[in-house]
Amino acid sequence: MIPIPAKSDTPDIPGRPTHDIGVARRDCPPARSGGRKALRRLGAATLTAGALVAAGCGSSGSPSPGSSSAAAGHTGGTYTILANSAFGVADLAQNYTLEEWQLAIDTHDGLVQFKRVGGTAGTQIVPDLAASIPTPTAGGKTYVFHIRKGIKFSNGQVMKPSDFVTTFERQFTVPGPTTFYSGIVGASKCGNAAKTGKCDLSQGVVADDTNYTLTIHLTAADPEFLDKLALPFAYVVPASTSMKLTGNNVPPGTGPYLWQSYNPNKEAVLVRNKYFHVWNAEAQPAGYPDKIVEKYGQTVSDEVTAVQNGQADEVFDGDVIPADRLNELNGAQYAKQVHVNPLTADWYFAFNTKQPPFNNLKARQAANFAADRNAYVKIGGGPSLAVPTCQVLPPNFPGYKPYCPYTAGSDTTKWTGPDLAKAKALVKASGTAGMKVVVNTDIPDKALGEQMVSDLNKIGYKASLQALAGSIQYPFVQNSNNSKKWNIAWSAWYQDYPAPSDFLNVLLGCGSIHPGSDASPNIAAFCDKSIQAQMDKAEQLSVTDPTAANAIWAQVDHAMTDQAPWVDLYNPKQIDFLSSRVHGYQWNPQWYILIDQQWLSK
Amino acid sequence: MAIALTESAEPPGQAPDLEPEISGRSPWALAGRRLWRNRIAMAALVLFLLIIAVSFAAPLYAHDIAKVNAFANNLSGTTIIHGHRVPLLQQGGGLLKLGETPIGPTWDISNYFLGADQQGRDVMARVLYGGRSSLEIGIGSAVFCCVIATVIALIAGYFGGIIDAALSRLMDIIWAFPVYLLAISISTVLLTTSNGLSIGPLHLVATSLWLPTLIIAFIYLPYVYRPIRGHVLSVSEKEFVQAGIAQGASDVRLIFSDILPNIVSVVIVLLPLMIATTILTESALSFLSIGVQPPNASWGTIISDGQDLLYTRPWVAIAPGIMIVLTVLALNVLGDGVRDALDPRAKLRADAVDRARALRHHGARVCDLLQDARHRPGQADRGSQPEPADPGRDTPPVRSRPPVPRPVRPDDEEDLHQP
Repeated sequence: MIPIPAKSDTPDIPGRPTHDIGVARRDCPPARSGGRKALRRLGAATLTAGALVAAGCGSSGSPSPGSSSAAAGHTGGTYTILANSAFGVADLAQNYTLEEWQLAIDTHDGLVQFKRVGGTAGTQIVPDLAASIPTPTAGGKTYVFHIRKGIKFSNGQVMKPSDFVTTFERQFTVPGPTTFYSGIVGASKCGNAAKTGKCDLSQGVVADDTNYTLTIHLTAADPEFLDKLALPFAYVVPASTSMKLTGNNVPPGTGPYLWQSYNPNKEAVLVRNKYFHVWNAEAQPAGYPDKIVEKYGQTVSDEVTAVQNGQADEVFDGDVIPADRLNELNGAQYAKQVHVNPLTADWYFAFNTKQPPFNNLKARQAANFAADRNAYVKIGGGPSLAVPTCQVLPPNFPGYKPYCPYTAGSDTTKWTGPDLAKAKALVKASGTAGMKVVVNTDIPDKALGEQMVSDLNKIGYKASLQALAGSIQYPFVQNSNNSKKWNIAWSAWYQDYPAPSDFLNVLLGCGSIHPGSDASPNIAAFCDKSIQAQMDKAEQLSVTDPTAANAIWAQVDHAMTDQAPWVDLYNPKQIDFLSSRVHGYQWNPQWYILIDQQWLSK
Repeated sequence: MAIALTESAEPPGQAPDLEPEISGRSPWALAGRRLWRNRIAMAALVLFLLIIAVSFAAPLYAHDIAKVNAFANNLSGTTIIHGHRVPLLQQGGGLLKLGETPIGPTWDISNYFLGADQQGRDVMARVLYGGRSSLEIGIGSAVFCCVIATVIALIAGYFGGIIDAALSRLMDIIWAFPVYLLAISISTVLLTTSNGLSIGPLHLVATSLWLPTLIIAFIYLPYVYRPIRGHVLSVSEKEFVQAGIAQGASDVRLIFSDILPNIVSVVIVLLPLMIATTILTESALSFLSIGVQPPNASWGTIISDGQDLLYTRPWVAIAPGIMIVLTVLALNVLGDGVRDALDPRAKLRADAVDRARALRHHGARVCDLLQDARHRPGQADRGSQPEPADPGRDTPPVRSRPPVPRPVRPDDEEDLHQP
């Protein structure tokens, strides 16, 4: 998952803290899987239903042009994106932001790829540089990929299976920000690779340049391994690439574009890769624009103005459009230029289940009943941009079944309002009334924290706000050494890839608690052995029977919700604002807007 | 002669009784009279006092007039406008219905006079509460800064030697940092972490107004310290101090009874200017979210809140902006007035410099004019010449001095005077 780290902490503009997708994943500490805030920007959202929400919005499921369509007269032009700030280090082995990933999928390829189309089909894994998707053997621990021949990097070098060995070893020597690939045989010995610059994965990643095969051995079966291979960390780079961080230089790739330049203070420029040819249009179709430019440094409000005036084509979808500009976008003249899509993401407050009062189940449930989710939705931009929720899994996600026991009224499938009477009764029953409670948020999201303070005070607690700098707050609340300094902490999570474990096991599993570490994504430090056993069972079953596994995940989701380790607030939506000359908008649940699959009016 | 005889016809010995009694006026009384006569400065004082009054009346306004809680979210709240109940936050219209817009100004003093912010809170009430925070921090930090800087300057200037060198270098170290860089650095560490500030048994949490107060006082210490130290050095060499030493007066007595009264006017001149500066600094830090922490408000935080509403609800940012402008303007004008009242010669110098600059602009001979200014009566022979009855009458208006006192150079120190 992708944590959502700080928005620009600088002029800590209390912008709409809502659905701002995207945060530099690089800011996230290593976690089992992605992270929470990183996804604010990243948007690896899995939205299975990815379609647009608002009537009149562009079609997210419009046909993908692929290579043949790309040649159908729409090619050419320069597509210009405006982003408030750059995405930091550009090395694919380390960058963990949606901002770069949206470009990286057009310049690089992995063994497999999420299908490059809009809508729910976009979560499907298809072969990319591998000729086909292999069936794992040895109990799910061995994958043998047959690599396509005749593919060249953008520097003219022929791509070979041995290039993948370097690619995976760089995950440990650079090092990468996640532990996605630590299950590869030999990875456990690469603990010091970042210092030594050496990591030997020859036993785990076996390349045969003669027969063009690549065999990957895992220490244990990993039902999500193919999803992880489809992420840019695993996109192939030449074997000659430095084992150290390449900084702002992006190593050559095999996609339809290449990185002509990247200056974090100015712009990134992608131009066509003359060595590219289409080998599987589902995974890597040809793009329409001749050039893609992403410019940095303007305020988001100025970005909106520029796109309105046709001076640019897209407001980067990780940039949060200021509230007062949204009114303009509601105008009929922009109806075809604005696209709203639900994200597979959660905004929530995690209880500190190790400290009073929220080590008490009734106290946690009371706070859930008291939370005015309507208010949080308003902070999130209103009902068009946020949907209240009570459960961990987001809508349209594998294993999702609507469930909300913390609502007024008797319908437990959706939230309709707070139930203060029930909340107060639970507080009384818990014996925690009058206790002091510290509500922790980051500064950009202080409005959410202030609302939580208000909600908790209504039911008899003495709540106060602790707003920390965005770059500090996420590691702070993860580290158990700070456990006595807060009682309930805001956080958010965007999927890395479409798997229930990416929410439930990563964020609330017993194995996600790492005492004393800044990378302990189970912020609540919640561990229920029986629920964990169910999750382990679902993980195993998902290798062979995903449908049955999803049924178990649904039970886990409901059981987790009953235990109330969080106050779930809402599932955000995302706005894409494009210029009037852009056509062919598609919204992919994994990558969001498919930049190169759009064409420009001439 | 007849007349002379007539006038001198009074009996000898009675003449002294008929001479009018001359009563001396203290320098403070003279300064007060000069200040009182300065209508612009008095207007600024009245404006400043008015701003203080309305800001400190914020609870009265919130509780008794607007009947709102300025610090609690009210996102689902409603109010009545023109007989219709309307939500404080209204969902966007059109096809997409994106966003939530707070109500704008009603211009009804008892009902969201300036509208609501994005959390449904009364902007007017928050501006008044924000003023209270800004003024408390501004005045508090300026007073702290001046008091501490004065004490350090007295010690350094009086004892001299290694004590002076050590204290002055310490101040130089602080001075070496750009003001806002230092303020942002300290504030980020103390206000945006969970630590707060602990000094011995004293612990200040991040939400305490004392933290920004102390931070701002600290960063401006050298800017106040240096001019005061210059005065202390100057006064320490005066004859009456030497006489005190010869009579065996203690250091404490000399510092607090002889030197301090002679430099306090400098501190008083600096104070309003420092308050203006510290209010601006506080607003800047709060705008960056590293000043006043929620749930407290200050003018800076309200401007920050209003930044995202500039297009639709500009008053959220404009109202605190106007308050900052008025307050700082009033303090600067008042500060100039106080300076003129306590140090009329400084005004003459400033006027001379202004005129010289104006003439230089037109190609005149600058050096001659400055030379002329230096030789005016009362300048070269300080203290021995009567000062002009009203220095401002025949001279152009005084230009406002920069809010931060510039460092005093040795030649400047020569010109410093006692009240």
